[in-house]
Amino acid sequence: MTKVRHSFWHLWGWPIVLGVLTSIGLVSALFSDGGLGDAVAWVALGIPTVIGFWYGWRRRRSGP
Amino acid sequence: MNSRRIKTWAWVHKWSSLVCTVFMLLLCITGLPLIFHHEIGHLLGTEVEAPKMPADTPRASLDRVIAVAHALHPERVVQFVSQPEDDDGLWFVTLTPTPAPTEDFKSVAVDARTGQVLAQPKFDEGFMWVMFKLHVDLFAGLPGKLFLGFMGLLLLVAIVSGVVLYAPFMRKLEFGTVRRERRPRLKWLDLHNLLGIVTLVWAFTVGATGMINTWADLVIKYWQYDQLSALLAPYKGQPETPKAERGSVQRSLEVALQRAPGMKVGFIAFPGTAFSSPHHNTVFLRGNEPFTSRLLQPVLVDAKTNEVTATPKLPWYLAALLVSQPLHFGDYGGMPMQILWALLDIATIIVLGSGLYLWLKRGKAVPAGAPAQAPAQGAPAAPIARPAVTAKAGS
Repeated sequence: MTKVRHSFWHLWGWPIVLGVLTSIGLVSALFSDGGLGDAVAWVALGIPTVIGFWYGWRRRRSGP
Repeated sequence: MNSRRIKTWAWVHKWSSLVCTVFMLLLCITGLPLIFHHEIGHLLGTEVEAPKMPADTPRASLDRVIAVAHALHPERVVQFVSQPEDDDGLWFVTLTPTPAPTEDFKSVAVDARTGQVLAQPKFDEGFMWVMFKLHVDLFAGLPGKLFLGFMGLLLLVAIVSGVVLYAPFMRKLEFGTVRRERRPRLKWLDLHNLLGIVTLVWAFTVGATGMINTWADLVIKYWQYDQLSALLAPYKGQPETPKAERGSVQRSLEVALQRAPGMKVGFIAFPGTAFSSPHHNTVFLRGNEPFTSRLLQPVLVDAKTNEVTATPKLPWYLAALLVSQPLHFGDYGGMPMQILWALLDIATIIVLGSGLYLWLKRGKAVPAGAPAQAPAQGAPAAPIARPAVTAKAGS
């Protein structure tokens, strides 16, 4: 059982975190006009964007 | 998940995305400049702005504003007057051959203080217009819109099935793994999975709200049928209020604003147009809070007597349509949000392009006799994890 749970979070942990962040970002700016909500949206939407391009661009050191 | 179910989901993912990918690429590419249409209009000098004047400058009567615009196109009728949310020094007067919805419209920008014509912006030419038409209806009117809406629905199916397939592909891999040192197909598969899962909620939101927007014309028709028909019962049998009998539009605006203190005018629709009834000037007011400014409160003012007939509450489906618009356009959080919208749009283009590439290169990933039968390093041993198998599963 613990193994199942472990592998669930291993697989879906990051996707869920990024999905929740994106949702927060999309909604928070709706309720603000140039205020705090906009700044929250930039950070919350910015993190998934940066993570996507970071892993997508990154070159790992090539192995032997 | 057993391999039979994986095969079914792979089939759904393959066909839903294959059918919509070309159109989605078109929408993502044409959408990219549209994210910045205000800024581009500014640079090209096509954006109309009212000259700065003190806030207490007396305002011209709306009747005069309309008369000035109408004089430029006396053969046309005025369908709407509207005011940009961020500039109350400006009125846009929209003139068409008849009150019916049409693509053939002229727009006149009039200074709300002096009543002078500022510009006659042409919304139906130029690069941005071509981008807009390709994005909205492929130059094919309502059928084009509904077609793109259906493609949007397929995108949503592709996204959901893609999420289901994320599990068998990524079970044994760390989040963010991109196996670059192996075959290019493996690298693009990993990038497809990575960018697909990262953009998931954004792409689903923009896809779903885009699809909802394609129904706007129908939703407004339904609203007329659903709500206005009951309000118009007392007018049954009467022809559209003739122009000569109509009262002052300025007065209509004033009585509407009195009904809803603190609200601002968004636009006014005249009798017989899609957003009004045959007998009313319908004034659409915006709220003054960040959220309520996106919703509109219609006030139906009798065009003859200038008495308020009704202020019907905005039904949920129109509210949903209005809230879905900013979520599609990304225009509600300043320039940083527009830039994020553009980056996420580019990431989506990569997801679409890599998906197409994976399909084109299907079956070639495991050359006969190559040591691909051995489980790849870090790759799951389940057969589904080898992309070639999935490609076969779908074909």
